[in-house]
Amino acid sequence: MDFISMAKLENTQITARCQAKFAERLQVGGEPHGLLTLTARAEDILEVLEFLKTDPELSFGFLTDITAVHYPELDKPFCVVYHLHSWANRSRIRIKAFIDGKHPVIASATALWDGANWMERETYDFYGIRFAGHPDLRRILNVDDMEAFPMRKEFPLEDPNRVDKKDYFFGR
Amino acid sequence: MSEITLAKAPPGLEGAGFFATKIDQVIGLARANSLWPLPFATSCCGIEFMATMAATYDAGRFGMERNSFSPRQADMMMVMGTIAKKMAPVVRQVYSQMAEPRWVIAVGACASSGGIFDTYSVLQGIDEIIPVDVYVPGCPPRPEAILDGVMRLQDIVRNESLNRRQTPEYRALLEKYGFHFNG
Repeated sequence: MDFISMAKLENTQITARCQAKFAERLQVGGEPHGLLTLTARAEDILEVLEFLKTDPELSFGFLTDITAVHYPELDKPFCVVYHLHSWANRSRIRIKAFIDGKHPVIASATALWDGANWMERETYDFYGIRFAGHPDLRRILNVDDMEAFPMRKEFPLEDPNRVDKKDYFFGR
Repeated sequence: MSEITLAKAPPGLEGAGFFATKIDQVIGLARANSLWPLPFATSCCGIEFMATMAATYDAGRFGMERNSFSPRQADMMMVMGTIAKKMAPVVRQVYSQMAEPRWVIAVGACASSGGIFDTYSVLQGIDEIIPVDVYVPGCPPRPEAILDGVMRLQDIVRNESLNRRQTPEYRALLEKYGFHFNG
């Protein structure tokens, strides 16, 4: 059978193919734990994802996850992270895109994967990142009237209503 | 053969063919020995509650074997487990559907104070949204502790005056939590 002899696509092959298409617009950000990580420009993100999904050689057809990271010290403090999986090649890839902190917006991947819908809602819920073109961008896990985006570093993790951990209970 | 203990009669005047006591005490006696629980179990404290209701600990001894899953026929709401902020309106609605007189036991650290979950998504104790009569400490409390909480509540119920629910203090308490009287 053909698929048994089908070799897992090497990270170097994936990198080469991506850079042939995007050149400087896509940068290699290392391979932590063997997971190839590329950094795209936010404005290119849909183009990059679409290429990875539809390219017959790469065929990263499965969107594993969308999430974000907050780095308050960076100029572009929000990093949106996409994990893709190629069933055919048995390989995985991670795409990062850094965006501006004042108005964090990035194009929605719902145009490519319906499964992106809830992932983007969750990312919006916790980081306040807006996904342009999302059909129904509202909170998904937290209470609807919450004002904070709790995974941002400026919001304290603890609930402010808690009184039994005040310093005076501990002689401080 | 185990010994059967009858509920102690309230203090009163006893003579040939009559017994006189206060109606508060009689009603308190009846209420305290048939507290129907409404189990609001969300996590591990609920598992301890299941053990409490089962044969070994046998909550039926306290006249509470009949779990009421309708708030309309329940006397005491037992909130057992972590209450997420998203769950808070549900707890409030269930409480508001209970008929007076009603009591609430917060079972375990989470229901009492948020427990270890001092975080943005968890209610830091159900007394932020509804009045609580008895708090049972523990993480989770053993069935003995839950039964002890029930017995503390029985003391409260036994000694509650009949007009407590009409007092301005009680109304103010409910108003404080946003429950309004309509009549």
